[in-house]
Formats: sequence, C-alpha cells, structure tokens
Amino acid sequence: MESTPSDMDRELVLDGNAAAGLLQEIFGAEMTASPTECAHCGNESDMGGLVAYTQGPGIVLRCPGCMQVMLRITQTPQATYLDARGAVYLRFTR
Amino acid sequence: MRQPLDWQIASVKDIRPETASVKTFTLALPNWTAHRAGQHYDIRLTAEDGYQAQRSYSIASEPERRGEIDLTIERIEDGEVSTYMHEVLVEGDQIEVRGPIGGYFVWDASSRDQLLLIAGGSGVVPLMSMIRHRASAGASNATHLLYSSRTFDDVIYYQELEKLKSKGKGLEVFHTLTRSQPAGWSGFDRRIDEAMLKEVVKPLGKSLQAFICGPTLLVESAANTLVKIGIKPNQIRTERFGPTGTA
Amino acid sequence: MPEPFVSRGFTGKRRGGAEKANRIPPGQYLTEDFPVLSAGPTPRLDLKHWTFTIEGLVKEKVSWTWEEFLKLPSQSFVVDISCVTKWTHLDMKWQGVSVDTLLEHAELDRKAAFVIAFSHEGYTTNMPVADILNGQAFVAYSYDDKPLEPEHGGPARLVVPHLYFWKSAKWAAGLRFVEKDQRGFWESAGYNNHGDPWKEERYS
Repeated sequence: MESTPSDMDRELVLDGNAAAGLLQEIFGAEMTASPTECAHCGNESDMGGLVAYTQGPGIVLRCPGCMQVMLRITQTPQATYLDARGAVYLRFTR
Repeated sequence: MRQPLDWQIASVKDIRPETASVKTFTLALPNWTAHRAGQHYDIRLTAEDGYQAQRSYSIASEPERRGEIDLTIERIEDGEVSTYMHEVLVEGDQIEVRGPIGGYFVWDASSRDQLLLIAGGSGVVPLMSMIRHRASAGASNATHLLYSSRTFDDVIYYQELEKLKSKGKGLEVFHTLTRSQPAGWSGFDRRIDEAMLKEVVKPLGKSLQAFICGPTLLVESAANTLVKIGIKPNQIRTERFGPTGTA
Repeated sequence: MPEPFVSRGFTGKRRGGAEKANRIPPGQYLTEDFPVLSAGPTPRLDLKHWTFTIEGLVKEKVSWTWEEFLKLPSQSFVVDISCVTKWTHLDMKWQGVSVDTLLEHAELDRKAAFVIAFSHEGYTTNMPVADILNGQAFVAYSYDDKPLEPEHGGPARLVVPHLYFWKSAKWAAGLRFVEKDQRGFWESAGYNNHGDPWKEERYS
C-alpha cells in the first residue's frame, strides 16, 4: 500500500501492544489485556487498545476516544520514568 | 502474578525464503515457554561498541511446536534489524530474544469464537500463528481470513493456506491483490472496502471475534468499516505494524 | 562478570560521515533523512485561526495572525540539527522569523528569566531566556525551500539549533516568559533541563 508523505506520520501510530514488552518490564506483569480508564473522558479500554506513539524520546500512550495522553514512559541509562496521571487507574491481577 | 521478562540467547536453526522480501527464521530457545497465538518476541542486536537496536516480531508458529519458534520477517528498506536478519544472520548464529509478549492480540483454540482475521502484507504473521494453532488443536470454529497483498508473489504462506483450507475444517481464505493479478485470478483485486468485508463477514454471523493486523492505514480503515457494518468495537482487536511495503 | 552478548556482524545504521566528524556531537550519527518523531497525532491547523503569541512576564501580550506573521522580516537559516534520539542532520535550510525580531514587539519584564515554548496541541519545552536571544532561535515556516509540512511541525515551529531538537517545539503557538523555570513535556520525564548536544546533556 503506497502512502503519501502526509500518510507517513499516521502510519507511525501503533497500538498499546507495541509497548507490551516495556510495560511487562516495568510492572513485572503482562499489562496489555488489563483494563484502564481515561482520566480525561472516562473511556474504558484494555491497555493493548490504547494508541501508542513509540518514536521519539519516549513512549506515549493515548486514549483511543479523546487522544489525550494517558501514559508517558521514558528510559534513561539510570532509570525508567512513568507518568500515569492520564489514567484513572492501572489494574494488576493478583 | 509476577512474570519477569528475561533475555535469552537463541540459536538460528533454519532460514528459508517465503517471498522475495520475506524470510522465516526458526529459532531454538533454551528457555522456551509455550506462547499464545498472536504474541511476539523482541529481538535485540548489540554491536561491538555497545550500540543496540531492538524490534518486536510476531511469532508465526503454533505453540504446540515445542522448544523453538518461527519468526517471519519482512525486509524493510533501511530497517536496521530486518536487514541484519536478512543479509547477515546465518544458520548456527546466535541471537538475543525475550518473550513471549502480549495478552491483548491473542487467541486460544479453547475459545469457540467464530474468527474474522484480516491481514495486510506481513500483518498475516500473527494471524498465521492463530491458524496453525487452530489446526494443531483440531478446532473447527468457522474462521475467515481476508488477506491483502500487492501481487501474487507477495503472498506469504500461499500453499500452506490452500492446504489448510482444503481440509474442510471451517477455514476459508479470501485473497485480495491490490496492485496486479495473475492471469485467471479469481480472488479480489482491490483494496479492502465495505462490500468486500460484508461478503467475508456475512457467513460468520454477529458474534465473531475479529483480529486485524498490518499497516496502520489498512488496519484503521478495516476496523472503522467493520464498525460501520455492525460489528461492535469490543469484538475487534488490532495490531498496527507501522509502515511496511507489501500490503 | 559475564561478557555481554554481541551480535556477530552487527554495526547498526550509523553511517560514515568521518570527514564531518568534528561537526557531529558526541554519541550522534549522521543522517540525510528528516525523521518524523512524534508524541501524538499531527494537528492539521487552520491558517485562518492560527496565532503566535508572546505572553507571560511581558508588558503587554502580543499576538500575530498568519498573515501578520508572514509580513514580519524573515531570514534564511542553514543550521545543524541534533535530536536526542541520536540523529544529526547537517546544513538544514530553513526560512523564518528570528525570535529577536519577535521580541522587538514586546517588552520583557526584568523578572523574566525563563521561557516556555508551547504548541497548539499541548506540548511544552522550557529554556533560559538567554538561550533564545541573539540569533539562537527562530520560528520557521519553511524547510528546504518548501512550506514546512505538518508532520515536521508546520505551519510553523520553533527552531533552537544549539540545543537538542526536542526544544524546537513543533506547531509553535507561542512563548511564555516566566520567573521560575517550569519543566516541559520531556524535561519532566527524565530528560535534561538544558539539552546541549555538545555536552551530551540528554538526561537529567
């Protein structure tokens, strides 16, 4: 499928399952089948269904409903940073 | 439940071409665990000076095959990892991997769902894992694969799909070739659209589970069209592959 | 300690550029591409409603519409750009308005020590005021003699070539002058507050 330059930036968009390995690294558990809720619009989705931007300095997971930032993850040589303020909750099965 | 994700060093057991730009790599894993169809492994390459590159690749093989996995990988122009896999890696080499990863875009044969599988180009790989797992498990749930490729030579697994289809256990395969078709071609010959989806979906009934995988634009268009024809969003799971060349 | 695994024959995408080595900051590789790296969807901004604003610790807020902005004196800038994701592209040609020109229309308060560059879709990045004065920053609306494409930050983006490219806010909506530094989108998540590529100020 041919894409024009203006399609290129949309083609770089992925789903939350593109961040599955990183989420498992951070939380020690598979997270993409875990439900979560957008703090901006209340949309409920499994984390695998969030919209992922993985190019650039960090990974940003956005709500598929309103496209606001739900999670922001960056990795430096020393540490991993997680900002989950855009999610009402993250859920871990016990 | 803690599920640590550790890197392990796999050995390349076999490399074979599928199409001019796609190869399947069989990797023997010292710490193999049965995956779920649809999951992926991460590959990490490290240069002498410590520089690293990492990519995720869907598992093509069924979990019933113990001790090893198949990864079917398209060579992307200027792709750092895929060009290494295609041009440098040989049988006997070692490669660092971790997995299996994923819990969202997965299907187990124990579910009796009717399946709608939609693939664009190399997006067929995780869906093939589902089809192979289904065959291994002896499942007979109605399964329709709609597979979009540019030309006949770009179709991955053609012979195997024909063979599985002919076994009459409920698998139907619909190909669409969007750029050019061989003489006598009886499949679809255009981009996936509403009419095509309606035709493929109709025999399945409303309580199907759909998995769509391929380039982002194809995936989004197919998902939106499915919703338009009455499939509910929670019946649809997508895996966008990012830009690829052969859908 | 066990030897880390090395992949036989892997060198990565880094190209030569040995003859230009003294222009490539440490840890960077040379590219002829202009990679599109984004944290979110590309906004498609309507030029009819586009504005660029200077606000915060200024005597009076000042704002330009697109037509007004294009009438400002503009310059051509050929600069080297380095992104923290390790690519460096030399001699990138831009056209735009120098921040010095924009500041001729505003009077900065004495207390204004820092600036926050903000975009039309929520992105922010912060710098000391000194980093955007004296020809060090401009608002560009053309790259390579063509109008700046939306995926690269068009219609207009900030360009601050002496810092990592995340400081060059895409879809620039304005500059806000403040007394106390406020970390922006990436600075608040582990990235360096300043970002000088020659000192490899990548992380905090």
